[in-house]
Amino acid sequence: MDALNQLPLNIAATIRSLFGDSHSIWADLTMNVINIILVIVLIVLAALILILLERKIAGWTSQRPGPNRLGPHGWFQTIADALKLLGKEDVTPAGADKFIFKIAPMILFALPMMTLAVIPYGKGMSPIDLDLGIVYFLAISAVSTLSLLMAGWSSNNKYSMLGGMRAVAQMISYEIPLIFSLLGVVMITQTFSLSKIVEAQSTVPFVVLQPLAFVIYLIAGIAEVNRAPFDLVEADQEVVAGPFTEYTGLRWGLFFLGEYGNMTAVAALTTTVFLGGWQGPAILPGYAWFFLKVGIIIFFQMWVRWTFPRIRIDHLMGLAWKVLLPLSILNILLTGLGIYIYDLVLRIGG
Amino acid sequence: MAVERTEELTLNMGPQHPSMHGVFRMVVHFDGEIVTKIEPKVGYLHRGLEKLAESRTYPQFIPYTDRLDYLASPHNNLAYVQTVEKLMGLQIPERAEYLRVIFAELARIASHLVFIASMALDIAGWTAWAYCFRDRERILDMFEMTAGSRLTVNIMRIGGLSGEPPTEFWPALKSFLDDLPEMLEEYFGIFYGNEITQARLKGIGILSKELAENLSITGPVLRASGANYDVRKAEPYGIYDRFDFNVPVRYGCDSYDRTLLRLDEIIESAKIIRQAMRDIPEGSVMAKVSKIIKPPVGEVYHRVENPKGELGFYIVSDGSPKPARLRIRSGTFINIQMLPIVALGWKMQDLIAIFATLDAVLGEVDK
Repeated sequence: MDALNQLPLNIAATIRSLFGDSHSIWADLTMNVINIILVIVLIVLAALILILLERKIAGWTSQRPGPNRLGPHGWFQTIADALKLLGKEDVTPAGADKFIFKIAPMILFALPMMTLAVIPYGKGMSPIDLDLGIVYFLAISAVSTLSLLMAGWSSNNKYSMLGGMRAVAQMISYEIPLIFSLLGVVMITQTFSLSKIVEAQSTVPFVVLQPLAFVIYLIAGIAEVNRAPFDLVEADQEVVAGPFTEYTGLRWGLFFLGEYGNMTAVAALTTTVFLGGWQGPAILPGYAWFFLKVGIIIFFQMWVRWTFPRIRIDHLMGLAWKVLLPLSILNILLTGLGIYIYDLVLRIGG
Repeated sequence: MAVERTEELTLNMGPQHPSMHGVFRMVVHFDGEIVTKIEPKVGYLHRGLEKLAESRTYPQFIPYTDRLDYLASPHNNLAYVQTVEKLMGLQIPERAEYLRVIFAELARIASHLVFIASMALDIAGWTAWAYCFRDRERILDMFEMTAGSRLTVNIMRIGGLSGEPPTEFWPALKSFLDDLPEMLEEYFGIFYGNEITQARLKGIGILSKELAENLSITGPVLRASGANYDVRKAEPYGIYDRFDFNVPVRYGCDSYDRTLLRLDEIIESAKIIRQAMRDIPEGSVMAKVSKIIKPPVGEVYHRVENPKGELGFYIVSDGSPKPARLRIRSGTFINIQMLPIVALGWKMQDLIAIFATLDAVLGEVDK
């Protein structure tokens, strides 16, 4: 088990040893390139699997088989769909702001690449181990608002613009409880580094110490990635497809990849901060635990999506500003009190 | 100081908008997300049914009525054939009367199931949609085994029915009715009882009783505004006066009550079907009617309680095998009038929900 656990690190060490001096700039550069490629592969694979999984879960909740034509149990359906998207004509609307229209999907696709790069997938397995991991993650994921607004504005379509406006209103509102809910963990561990936060959970995951923050983060996280019941941005009953209305072919596919990538990223951060990341009983290697926990969070998100109707926009705002934000501030207060009392007990006891 | 001015957004929703039922189109003016003006546009599905009737013989027009409110086609058949029979003064066999009631009420249940499904879908409750369609399938199967087709059933004939239901129809009907309470409980769990559904629908889109009556709105939309009016009770047609059932009335006047009322009606329809199953006599399902139907000279109006509102046929006969003039009074076409009045001042999402509560079928609106 230990060998399996260390396998990725050993492979990395082997590659480095090919360069003679294993810490030369060329070795570092090669490793970085490999890491980046791995993250991209992760996103594409995640999207491929998640799209199928989503359709299967949708089928399961609504008591129908889901895609079941291509391959065993329809497992190749997503591949066929992706190939179909490649063959579609790339249409840019006549009145569109062409440059912004074209880069908007790329930005959304780039974001999960950047956020997933700082996640510790196992012990010592962060592609990039930043000291300010949480801050970096939140800063980057906030940019997705910009991408949706760019897409909505540049399409020169009223539905797109409404969707883009909704995206800004919704995502900025939910950013605040999202950040505040993570502060409790930061206060306990006194670090912003994601790998150190995972280390700190070796005895007990923070979901036990911070249950309120966990719930707030789950809700705000679903809103942050625009999934039902908070999918007002692309609510097809109202704004057709929101910012994505005018996109076709691979550009639309990039949005899709970006959405699923962001979903994976939010689930990965939930796992890292609240569920103990790669920590787990030694029956499975650390990275397997990590992806298992990510899978559970994603399943939860999909389950919620296929069960609840869509919330109304003023209720959405009310939930963010009147419920989640005060609760997250309360959580910070309680955490501070808890830490103070814990210190006091330690001082008296020791 | 410069006065800040914002511009109204004019949005053309439909005929290809995802949440529009059929090819309804409305031009909506928005102030931000608030609706300030609605102009409904109908006519994209106009097929000229009333004019077509003048060039068809009386029996030939029955399939066209299937295409009115195509979610409850036996009901449209019923309204039309009863109108012609009224004109001819034709008595039809008892068994045919009971079978007509059974099929009409089954169609009402099927139509209301689609309503719950599309209502859920319009506020993005996908799973409730799938549940309702799963259960509606069983009704369509019953239609199929009797008439051969599922949606445009075309089961009624002038003088009776197209045929006797097969033997496997009755057990299927019985098991469906037995399972119905469980189904309704399921819908309640996943849709009506849901916190978000209630927040989305309660108190939204108030249609007062006065306004509803002034606009001559009929059907469940009217009854959810507190008016106890149902053609089955007010002016019983066929043998509806023989059944013991209630007319569900709700007093909330809002989207939620309009939605919930359909659930009540499903329960009442099931009650009627059970009584009809109990009392149905043996016998023929078709009266003796001559091959060429020539009603006497005269005119007639007849109305029935369609799942979506009052459906009336007005026929002028000149004694020939073809109607001289046929006019259709369809419920939804008139019910849609409430939309530009009631939905004002609500948000875009409420507008979609309010429109969904009308249960509009464009086949009936545009004719």
